[in-house]
Amino acid sequence: MNSNVTSIKLVLLGEAAVGKSSIVLRFVSNDFAENKEPTIGAAFLTQRVNMADHTIKFEIWDTAGQERFASLAPMYYRNAQAALVVYDVTKPQSFIKARHWVKELHEQASKGIVIALVGNKMDLLESEEDRKVAKEEAEKLSQEENLLFFETSAKTGDNVNEVFLAIGEKIPLKKSDGSNTDGLRGTEDGRIDLNKPDDTSNPNSCGC
Amino acid sequence: MDENYDVIVLGTGLTECILSGLLSIEGKKVLHVDRQDHYGGESSSVTLTQLYSKFKQHPLSKEDIESKFGKDRDWNVDLIPKFLMANGELTNILVHTDVTRYIEFKQVAGSYVYNRGKVYKVPANEMEAISSSLLGIFEKRRMKKFLEWISAYNEEDIATHQGLNLDQNTMDEVYYKFGLGNSTREFIGHAMALWTNDDYLQQPARPSVERIILYVQSISRFGKSPYIYPMYGLGELPQGFARLSAIYGGTYMLNTPIEKVLYSDDGKFEGIVTKEGTAKAPIVIADPTYFPEKCKTTGEKVIRAICITKQPVPNTSNADSCQIIIPQSQVGRKNDIYIATVSDAHKVTSKGHYLASVSTIIETDKPHIELEPAFKMLGPIEERFMGISEIFEPIEDGTKDNIYISKSYDSSSHFESMTDDVKDIYFRITGHPLVLKKREDVAEE
Repeated sequence: MNSNVTSIKLVLLGEAAVGKSSIVLRFVSNDFAENKEPTIGAAFLTQRVNMADHTIKFEIWDTAGQERFASLAPMYYRNAQAALVVYDVTKPQSFIKARHWVKELHEQASKGIVIALVGNKMDLLESEEDRKVAKEEAEKLSQEENLLFFETSAKTGDNVNEVFLAIGEKIPLKKSDGSNTDGLRGTEDGRIDLNKPDDTSNPNSCGC
Repeated sequence: MDENYDVIVLGTGLTECILSGLLSIEGKKVLHVDRQDHYGGESSSVTLTQLYSKFKQHPLSKEDIESKFGKDRDWNVDLIPKFLMANGELTNILVHTDVTRYIEFKQVAGSYVYNRGKVYKVPANEMEAISSSLLGIFEKRRMKKFLEWISAYNEEDIATHQGLNLDQNTMDEVYYKFGLGNSTREFIGHAMALWTNDDYLQQPARPSVERIILYVQSISRFGKSPYIYPMYGLGELPQGFARLSAIYGGTYMLNTPIEKVLYSDDGKFEGIVTKEGTAKAPIVIADPTYFPEKCKTTGEKVIRAICITKQPVPNTSNADSCQIIIPQSQVGRKNDIYIATVSDAHKVTSKGHYLASVSTIIETDKPHIELEPAFKMLGPIEERFMGISEIFEPIEDGTKDNIYISKSYDSSSHFESMTDDVKDIYFRITGHPLVLKKREDVAEE
């Protein structure tokens, strides 16, 4: 196992029922469930991917109970290093929503965020008539906004791993001193770690 | 939707979000609703355009704001200024629920107190007290003895009490015992115990001593000041706990006004009607704005002024953030004036700008003039947003109608009274005290 591990916070965005969780389930467990219930109590799912000379550990954050009524907190995607913006290739409305999320991420997320636009449910396309979002349209958006672009099927697994590999390749590598791999609790520029054991809890040793 | 829940929570202020998160962890099915389209209610952080439209009758256009103050989205202005005590209860709750996963914190760079026209750093231990120019030489020695007594105090060991009983002796008597003069009393009571007036002097010493211990422990935890502050502003806190609730199955519904509250024949809460349909639950938790008829004002009114400056507060060693306390007696008042500053170091302003929040409890009918001594200390002020808020609390404890209402955020500079309210509501609802346990990490490998 490669010891040089970079953790990447990746968030899922997109309209309800476009298959966000299914893509993750396919990627993490190589599985698919028709009516998947969200995992209770998991802050995020993790999956490691071995790249050429290092390992990327994806921390994949799901929208949890904030999605059903479109009540996502901005904090969810604020310090993400990567995002999957997912739409359903058979639902034009979901592509409009995807455009909205790309705009929102460019405004609110960190500057270097790697965004992958993902058209899911390719398995539903029995003929070209079933397709309601043109590939050209999505490609155009991707070029304009500097996005990675894939069309996938979480059900068959088609192209799913490729999305994450491409993100892994595009993520800028951190210095290998291991100090900055967390991204959430770094200590650069005076940030503090509240989880550090506290030796002041005993009132009789309050350091005075 | 027509669904049943264990608890419905109305309002996404910090108190409500913490309770929502704690109850969801325990397996309760929670529906959390806010009439506004963003998280946080009174405890949210807003952009400048939002701030202008909230406070000014003729708000500037976004273009004008951005040409003056930089990118609007770089601003996260707290509506209620507070800091977290590094060793306080909110910090404990954050650590034990792992909400620290979602929020980064920075130390507040300094804690200062105003004394006879000058600003002094608050000494927090014997060493600093000895080197501070705030106290005279004899006073320093007495202060040192007092701090040594506090740090050695052990409930079980009567020898460490030095003849004082914290539940019987008043704080005034404790000061007397250590021979502490007026200026030292003022400094201990207001800058360390963080009392906003002098009522505490005639009350038992225990709460004061506990507050001083909290202050000293908090300052020794990270060194510069007893306070910490979240990156991107206090509005991250309710969002963090809402996320906690959501990953434990909590359902969130923003932008959803309550059309009707449903009651049983005997007046108990039964549910709510919204645009999404009916949701039922035996219990509701809400902030005071959802049940104004069930709340009363405490009589206290707080005036807060949010000021934008281009410089740190003079005489604070260019601190990127700090608290300054102006004790009441220094400016002929009954209540202290607080200044809290933050800056782009916390990602709450655009580069080169500072936010200074000035607040006090109103004593006259010209409240804006009451803040003048603080404004004078800030240097040139680019823009100022002033507002007065009343403090509300529930009339009843909720056990009769199952409607549990939180208190408004008070004028204190930290969250300790807010977490007291959280624990109190938690106890009234569950019947057992809140015990903080480390949350199990169920992230899957």
